Amino acid sequence: MTRIFAWAALLLGCLYFLLPLVGMTEFSLKMRRGVYSFDAYVKVFEDPTFWATFSYSLTLAAATIVFGVLLVVPTAYWVRLKLPQARPVVEFITLLPLVIPAIVIVFGYIRLYNTSSFLPLTGSAFGTDVLLTMGYATLALPYMYRAVDTGLRTIDVATLTEAAQSLGAGWFTILTRIILPNVLVAVLSGAFLTLAIVIGEFTMAALLNRPAFGPFMQLLGANRAYEPPALAVIAFAITWACMGLIQLVTRFSKHERAKA
Amino acid sequence: MTDIPPRHRPKLRLPIAWLGILPFALFALLFLILPTMKIVVGAFQSPAGGFTLQNLIDLNTDSIRSAYWTSIKLSLITALLGCAVGFAMAAAVVFGGLPKRIRGPLLTFSGVASNFAGVPLAFAFIATLGPAGLVTLWLKTEFGINLRAMGFNLLSFWGLVVTYLFFQIPLMILIIIPALDGLKREWREAAAVLGATGAQYWRMVALPILFPSLLGTFALLFANSFGAVATAFALTGPQLNIVPIKLFAQIRGDVLGNPNLGYALAFGMIVITGLANVTYIVLRTRSERWLK
Repeated sequence: MTRIFAWAALLLGCLYFLLPLVGMTEFSLKMRRGVYSFDAYVKVFEDPTFWATFSYSLTLAAATIVFGVLLVVPTAYWVRLKLPQARPVVEFITLLPLVIPAIVIVFGYIRLYNTSSFLPLTGSAFGTDVLLTMGYATLALPYMYRAVDTGLRTIDVATLTEAAQSLGAGWFTILTRIILPNVLVAVLSGAFLTLAIVIGEFTMAALLNRPAFGPFMQLLGANRAYEPPALAVIAFAITWACMGLIQLVTRFSKHERAKA
Repeated sequence: MTDIPPRHRPKLRLPIAWLGILPFALFALLFLILPTMKIVVGAFQSPAGGFTLQNLIDLNTDSIRSAYWTSIKLSLITALLGCAVGFAMAAAVVFGGLPKRIRGPLLTFSGVASNFAGVPLAFAFIATLGPAGLVTLWLKTEFGINLRAMGFNLLSFWGLVVTYLFFQIPLMILIIIPALDGLKREWREAAAVLGATGAQYWRMVALPILFPSLLGTFALLFANSFGAVATAFALTGPQLNIVPIKLFAQIRGDVLGNPNLGYALAFGMIVITGLANVTYIVLRTRSERWLK
């Protein structure tokens, strides 16, 4: 009896999740009347704006990941090693982006960093890119910090640090050659999650007026019929790829550890 | 706790240790705390710069009140349905006697779906339930059911509910499966030995233990949908009267005709998601005590 209910709950749920995926795929193939074709995808890939905005968002994602790793790994390490009393405060701050909606944060940026402010970041295109990267780093902070902190929990930070120090290593060496390799899986998980968040992000990019992939998709959606579902299929594939890579690195590391 | 025990060293060196988190503190201050403070302070400022409560009072117009009400209703309903359906699916997988192989793919898929929000999600639903969508056409040609004539419109409140559930349910599944795993077998056996029925076990043992994490997840889902802009904007454009969309239009073009009213609108959002998340954090810490 329980089993019947269990199957029913699961199958109904799966149906709900499958239909939109089938729907968008089918719709994206219908551009040519009467037959299924990849015309919509060809149209999307032929559009230079697609490549321009996509590579822009990819670049920003890369910048966000590099910045996020440089910020989060030393901080999480330092808090574990020297400042356990600061832990609740730091953790609280890293959770704040889940509390404050992205649209409110970017609203604050626009008003705080306008051309007549102490740090006129929105005055130039590059400055706005920096600001947007910082915004993405803020959005990714909860996930990045949690991933790295969980990674640090599995290693003995204090002993590793003392061992490295007694062999004459400085802080830079400890971080880059001892800590980072040990939490690499966690860092990679955080990085792919960041990529998944940043690549299609709409609100911040649109309000800061930057030519990112999210606003491009929205604009296309308002004006075309068949390209948007094709974009949705592409975006879904990217999200899958990011999550798949996270699983892959996690599984790979378990395998490595099992061998050792 | 697995924290490193505090070391014995002279008190004088303490400030140097704090320097280590200076970059993080600076980042948080510049890109998280100051921007938020700017909004909060602005909400209590008159255009001339003095302190005033007028902005918050001015929020009390029909259009803004109904925007908040729609947003709160939307978030409550999607959080409630997300919790219910997510719980049912998670419970089915954990306790329903389904093959173990289902679990991994379900978790992976939930990870993907909870991140598949925003503009592409809106496209997927337009292609499925929109006027020319797959399901809409199929129901019309196969069964003669006209969704539109029955009052269903994807570009409306309920359309938004159906769409938001696509990322709400998976989030619930991701959070609640570990909590369900935390229910120890011994508790169930102990209850059975004492003569409890299955229903009694759920009502008197399992649910009270799960209650904090259920309510906590509910709060998280609430905030999650309350702050969402992209999906709604891509689905309905700037027309739908919900708070994030209104704020979006206000930031772009000062549609309210008063910049400080924009701050007040944003401040209201912080207050509501803040309350939801404070509930979440408090209840989360309470429930984690049981799951160790």
